[in-house]
Amino acid sequence: MIVVKKLVKRFGLKTVLRGLDFAVEKGEFVALLGPNGAGKTTFLRILASLSRPSLGMVSIAGYALPAQSAAVRRRLGVVSHMPLLYGDLTAEENLQFYGRMYNLPELPARVDEVLEMVGLSARRRDLVRTFSRGMQQRLAIGRAVLHDPEVILFDEPYTGLDQDASEMLDGVLRRVAAEGRTVVMTSHDLARAGELASRFDILSRGVITASASQASLGKGNLLDFYKQALGA
Amino acid sequence: MSENPIQNTSAQRPGENYFGAVLAVAWKDLAAELRSRELLSAMLIFALLVILIFNFSLQLDRTTRESVTAGVLWVTFAFAGTLGLNRSMAIEKDRGCLDGLLLAPVDRSAIYFGKAISNLAFMLIVEVIVLPVYFILYNPRNFFNPGFLGIILLGSIGYVAVGTLLSTMAVQTRTRDVLLPILLFPLVIPVLVSAVQASMGFLSGQPFEEILPWLNLLLVYDVIFVAAAFMAFDYVVEE
Repeated sequence: MIVVKKLVKRFGLKTVLRGLDFAVEKGEFVALLGPNGAGKTTFLRILASLSRPSLGMVSIAGYALPAQSAAVRRRLGVVSHMPLLYGDLTAEENLQFYGRMYNLPELPARVDEVLEMVGLSARRRDLVRTFSRGMQQRLAIGRAVLHDPEVILFDEPYTGLDQDASEMLDGVLRRVAAEGRTVVMTSHDLARAGELASRFDILSRGVITASASQASLGKGNLLDFYKQALGA
Repeated sequence: MSENPIQNTSAQRPGENYFGAVLAVAWKDLAAELRSRELLSAMLIFALLVILIFNFSLQLDRTTRESVTAGVLWVTFAFAGTLGLNRSMAIEKDRGCLDGLLLAPVDRSAIYFGKAISNLAFMLIVEVIVLPVYFILYNPRNFFNPGFLGIILLGSIGYVAVGTLLSTMAVQTRTRDVLLPILLFPLVIPVLVSAVQASMGFLSGQPFEEILPWLNLLLVYDVIFVAAAFMAFDYVVEE
């Protein structure tokens, strides 16, 4: 589903990604772990077609980036620590707006369905700026899955969430993964990543330094694997 | 995962949803502004203050006034417009919404045109309110000349065409508030000069042949900048 070969990203003289190779099968849930500054967000922004690779090959669902970026964006949902929502529009209006941008058919029914899925039907006519951080993040997930994407990218989705909101997000993420979507999530929360993902890749200094599946690691060994991969 | 709704729609074909996306972006901006009124009220108060300050600071006789007030009017529109352009793009950047727009599977120039339409609407609303005040304070001859109102429209289109593109560039920097006027004002000199000269021509009752070169310059500038923005927007927004 996702194939990345020898990806390099430079910002001026600074090289953030240094020949990164990465592949994800359809339906996999990959947690991308690594310290601050490792290049996780930059990598996800390239996958989301928000940033142009300096060198290397990136393909999602058979479409190459950046040449076929519109086709990639059609198959992609993105959730970041920023909600990507308009505070002065209601929850319903935000989803309607993004639905129009994706040219979705039967939009009112799809908006109803998504609001129900993220548990915000009762607040559909409330302005997003009146929502708590957790509610905004649930709506952000609703926005990301509105067009039923095959691949979803989560960039630190737990940032700023309290315990209740994080547990709610766990449920939504499990549901998203259970629907057979391909998921790539960056996170600093090893415990949560360990519960949710089927594979763990460690990104350090712009390259993937280690990769292991949930099955091969076994429960509770992720922290040791992480430390070992970083040479700590 | 349910059957992908997008795969069954015309969204597969590039350009199919182009005008829908343009209108969606413009609608979103207008709907949000209708609620908050943050941008319009700031632009309007600023514009009224500028035009009042000019009125009290320039004690002009009738002849001098005719040659100066068109400039006063366009300086007012330019300052208020810059305020609006900055705020309009800041709203997109502050909550990451610009990324949300860029993730949509449409040609990115649709986002530019949507933003330009809403920015133009905000500017025209401010102008509709400021113009009667200008009429009362400066009492220009030939104020109701349709040519003068046409120049206001053409000048605003040129200003917004450049301003929307540059505000998208400026908003991605830390110094966005100061950077936009620094980038914008040198580039809009042709639009401001031709708009001021053409406005002055209509207000003072000059023959149309004398105004025509300024009108042509304004038209050419509008077309060039709309075309340039259409081609450059994708590169401006991508890292």
